[in-house]
This record gives sequence, structure tokens and C-alpha cells, in this order.
Amino acid sequence: MSIYVTNLVKIFDNKKVLDNLTFSVQDGTTLGVVGFSGSGKSTLLKIISKLLYADEGKIETAKNSDIAMTFQYSALFDFLDVYHNIAFPLLERKEFRGKYSKEELKKIVKEKLAMVGLEGIEEKFPSELSGGMQKRVGFARAIVTNPKTILYDEPTAGLDPVSSTLIEDYIVRLKNELNAACIVVTHQMSTIKRACDNVILLYEGKIVFKGSTQDFLKGDNPYTRQFINASLEGPMEIKSAI
Amino acid sequence: MINVKTTLTYAAIKIFFHGLREFLITLGNAGKDFVHVAYYVLRLRINIKAAMEQASRFAVDSLPITLTIVGMTSIIIAMQIAPELAKQGAEGYIGMLSSLVMVRELACIMAGFAIISMIGSAFASELASMAVGEQVDAMKVLDVDPIEYLVVPRFLAGVIMMPFVFIVSSFTGLICAGVVSNMTAGLSLLNYVNSLWQGLYIRDIMIALLKAAFFGGTIALISCSCGYSTRGGAKEVGISTTRAVVWSFLAIAVWDYIFAAVFYL
Repeated sequence: MSIYVTNLVKIFDNKKVLDNLTFSVQDGTTLGVVGFSGSGKSTLLKIISKLLYADEGKIETAKNSDIAMTFQYSALFDFLDVYHNIAFPLLERKEFRGKYSKEELKKIVKEKLAMVGLEGIEEKFPSELSGGMQKRVGFARAIVTNPKTILYDEPTAGLDPVSSTLIEDYIVRLKNELNAACIVVTHQMSTIKRACDNVILLYEGKIVFKGSTQDFLKGDNPYTRQFINASLEGPMEIKSAI
Repeated sequence: MINVKTTLTYAAIKIFFHGLREFLITLGNAGKDFVHVAYYVLRLRINIKAAMEQASRFAVDSLPITLTIVGMTSIIIAMQIAPELAKQGAEGYIGMLSSLVMVRELACIMAGFAIISMIGSAFASELASMAVGEQVDAMKVLDVDPIEYLVVPRFLAGVIMMPFVFIVSSFTGLICAGVVSNMTAGLSLLNYVNSLWQGLYIRDIMIALLKAAFFGGTIALISCSCGYSTRGGAKEVGISTTRAVVWSFLAIAVWDYIFAAVFYL
């Protein structure tokens, strides 16, 4: 389901971390959210996923059970193997409890693992997987209920360029197969280029650019130029952001 | 002129208020989580498999250490009192005193201390690691309530299994005390067993079982609550674990006082 965010405000310790944000994400499209560290990107995802409450504004999106989120460090349950990690929502969520037989669950888990290119690792524990594999298992867990909204929190952070490319391809593939509205918080330009249809740039909690990926990459907005060129010179003051 | 902030009194008051604040935060979190847990328990929304896993861990895994601590304590007490009572010609009271001390107080409180150290600290650090590693957030996003999945089974394990731990601990303590009394005061085991029941009533056992259930639930709840409310990183995991252990010790001491005051005053 599409995401509509209107006049969103979040305040921490009397400081506006998110200041009057308004944007939307349509089904089957991906919005990239970029900005300096501390600009409120992850807070935005947590509000959309209902982990945090907004102080002001309105968010229209899918109901809780149709939202999926992948985390920067995968957040796999380390006491469960890959099979139980992926099957977790189907086994534990109230609406699915007892709905699937063991065989059906096995089939679903196998299918989702195949979607992220990781067949045959059901019995492994998260500690036995590489960072990239953990992220992909996190993707498989997120999509096991066929969500309508997928939120990615720095999906390629800490990965080598080849693994990043693989992850970016999966983001595009999952968006197309599920026709989901997706938001990707990232610092990496390759992720913006390959996986996002639209981009917003946050600075001090405000949107300073909103537009298509092409405009972001080739436009003449001074904020985007500074961000893309990784320049210290420009309208954004680095010291206030780090 | 004296700088008040450098005085010992100021430091003592500061430590007191810091402790009070920590206590109120822990109490508030545990109270909030208890309401949440009670909601699921009363609606019988219980993950039986998880509860059984936690119960096995709570009772069975902790048993060797618990029994060692209770056994050693009862041996030491018997070594101190049995020869003295025998000297006074009061051998007939050794069993009675042992059973009173063991059933009314020692087995429960020593088992509680052992379980706080082994299981309570493990509950707190596990949940704290999950909280700082975003696993708790992941659970919420997957629309599974972490209180229902993580805290309810641990709380039930504490409430149900602590009375069993108490029973086994009491038997172990009484057997150890009997053997030591025999060795140090020459008290025959038959006389010891006969005198066990002289001062002990079924009511005492029932109260002790109830107290054990309260201890188990309190340890599990405070430990889980301290872990679950952790924010930050590795340092905070350590702080939460310490807090869980300290407040669990204090809480069972307070419960012990309340039970003694209500039932034996």
C-alpha cells in the first residue's frame, strides 16, 4: 500500500529531529532517503514502522501486519536457526498461528530463501553466516508474509561492492514481485542509482530535495550537488550534522 | 568557605537519590511489564513450548549450583548448632530447628539468590542484548509482541518452577544437616528424622511454597524488565544485568520480610 506522510514532526529533547516532512511513495516504487548521519533518516523509518510515535503530522500506510522492515545489522534472532527466523512471523503472529502445516512452512521458507539466492541454509544459525548473507536472510524474513510496504534501513552498509550490488538487485526484484511501496535509507550512491525511483535529501530534519533519482543525480540543487560530490563547501554545514 | 559539593554528606545524599531514582525506574518498568504479562496470562495466551523450555532452564539448569549453595549453608549451620545443642542436652531439637530454618527461610532465600545469579542475570543480559541489537524492534515490526514471546514464558517458568526448586532444596538441606548432625553431635538419623516434624506444620510448607512462587515470579519479572528496557550498547547491557541482580536481591528480601510479618508475627 502506498505511503503518505504529511507534516510529520518528531521532537527529541526539545529538538526537532524531523521538521514538517511531507512526501508519498506509490505502490511498486522505491523512495531513497539520504542525508548526513543524525539527520533523522532512521527515526523516519521507525515512525513509519510504528516503532516510534510522531509528535505531529499524519502517516497513512498499510496496517502493522503489512509492513516489513530490514535492519542495518539484520536483527536476526540469534537463538533461532535460519528456518525459524524466516518462519517466525508465520509461527508466532496471532493471525497465522496454526494456519500452515510443517510441509507448507518448509515450502514457503524454501521459496523465500530461493528469492534471495540462499537455498539450503535453513539449519544454519545467524552467527554462521556472513554479513551479506545475514542481510539476505533478513530480507527473506521481511517478505515471508508478502508485505505491502517494505522499509530498508541501510541495507548495504558495511558490505563489499559486489555484495551491495546483489542486495540492490534484490531490492528491485522484491519491489517488482510484491508491487510494494518501498523506502530505502542509505548513504551509498550506488543504492540510489540502482534501486531507487525517487529520492528525498534530509538536512537538519527538513527535506531539502525531493524528486526523481535522475534529478537528484544530475540536477543543479546546491544541496544534492554538495551531497553527491561529498563536498565540505555548500549550504549544508557538516559540523552541525556530525 | 566550604564547597558543599565536595563534602561526604553531599556525596552520600547524591548516592542515595541516585539509588532511589534507579529503584523507582526499575519498579515502574517491572509494574508496567507485570500488567502486560498479566493481560496475556489471564487470556491464556501462553506459548507453551517456550514456557517449557524456560521452565527446564530455570529449574534443571540451575539445580546443581542451587543445591550446592543450599547444601553447604545447611552443613555450615548444622556444624555450628548441632554440637552446641548436644552439649546442652538438647539433641532432640536439632531436627526441629533444622526443618524450621530450612523450610521457613533458608531453602527459599538461598535458592532465590542462586537463581538470581544464574538465571536472573542470564534473562536480563539476553533481553538487553536483543534490545540493543534491534531484535526486539524486529519482533515488533513482525507484529509479534515481545512481552508475549519473551517475558510471559520466563515469568511463568519462575512462578511454576521455583516451588519445585524449593522442595528439592529443602530436602537436600535437611539431608545434609542430618548427616552433619550425625557426624558432629552423634545424633542418630532416626532421632533426627523423628524430630524434624516437631515444630513444622503443613501451613509452614504451604506458606513457603507460596513464597517460592512469589520469589520466582519476581526474579523473572525484574530480570526481564531490566533487560527489556535497555537502550544503548554493550555498556548498558552490563548496567542492566547488574541492576537486575541488585534489585532482584532486594525484592526477594522485601518479599521475605512481608511474608514473615504477615504469617508469623
